[in-house]
Amino acid sequence: MADPMRIRAKIEGDKTVVRVLMSHEMETGQRKDASGKLVPAWFIQDVTATWNGKTVMSAQWGPAISKNPYLQFQFSGAKAGDKVTVAWTDNRGDKRTDEAVIAA
Amino acid sequence: MNQINLGRRAALKSGSATAVFGLFVAAGLVRPAAAQQAGWNQGAFSAKGVDSVVKSLGGASAAPTKDINWGSTPEIAENGAVVPVSVTSNIPKTESIAILVEKNPNTLSAVFNIPPGTDPNVSTRVKIGETSNVYALIKADGKYFVAQREIKVTLGGCGG
Repeated sequence: MADPMRIRAKIEGDKTVVRVLMSHEMETGQRKDASGKLVPAWFIQDVTATWNGKTVMSAQWGPAISKNPYLQFQFSGAKAGDKVTVAWTDNRGDKRTDEAVIAA
Repeated sequence: MNQINLGRRAALKSGSATAVFGLFVAAGLVRPAAAQQAGWNQGAFSAKGVDSVVKSLGGASAAPTKDINWGSTPEIAENGAVVPVSVTSNIPKTESIAILVEKNPNTLSAVFNIPPGTDPNVSTRVKIGETSNVYALIKADGKYFVAQREIKVTLGGCGG
């Protein structure tokens, strides 16, 4: 299983700002390794963030998202102490889900 | 005439089911189960050029707009492998924000779906292969809008 995501969720004004740093190679399939062979494409395709069972962000990604992807977004309605969950799935079917408590 | 009709029916009924299926695949009506998640829009992520991406996403065309704020997105990126892109849409009823990079091998980088209650604002980091126009493609109230800006790249980002 991949390394955990680093998720920070914080109340800023009347919004919850979520910043996520994921751990993933995000190979485009265009890079050649040291022996000249093409490294196959391997990248996160789907990302979903939820709060209280409600989807607050969802995304489809291609391999042009940088290695160790960063994502930031913000939404309304939550309060400190609530949890935000972020889940991703990549093109090999690997998955990762992590959660964070919203800080005041 | 009857002979021809019978011939075609027989051809379809007989072991040419696979041939017909093959035709459907070639016509793009059935996608082979390649390594992808159900729902991942392979067509959109393989499309080249803004118009082609808009069509793959189900739009007819995208109207130019200036109602986009590019936030801290730089005009010059030192490292094309990691270019921060931040897009805020000021268009009412924004449903999704997509980031496109004109000169990348595949134009579409990402699509972010904005549910009600979430701000139409995303930040991420993308690879840009060479100096390129970068587009924010907004879907709002069922219609598509596009804004662009050029990002110069000194070190290309696709791993070459």
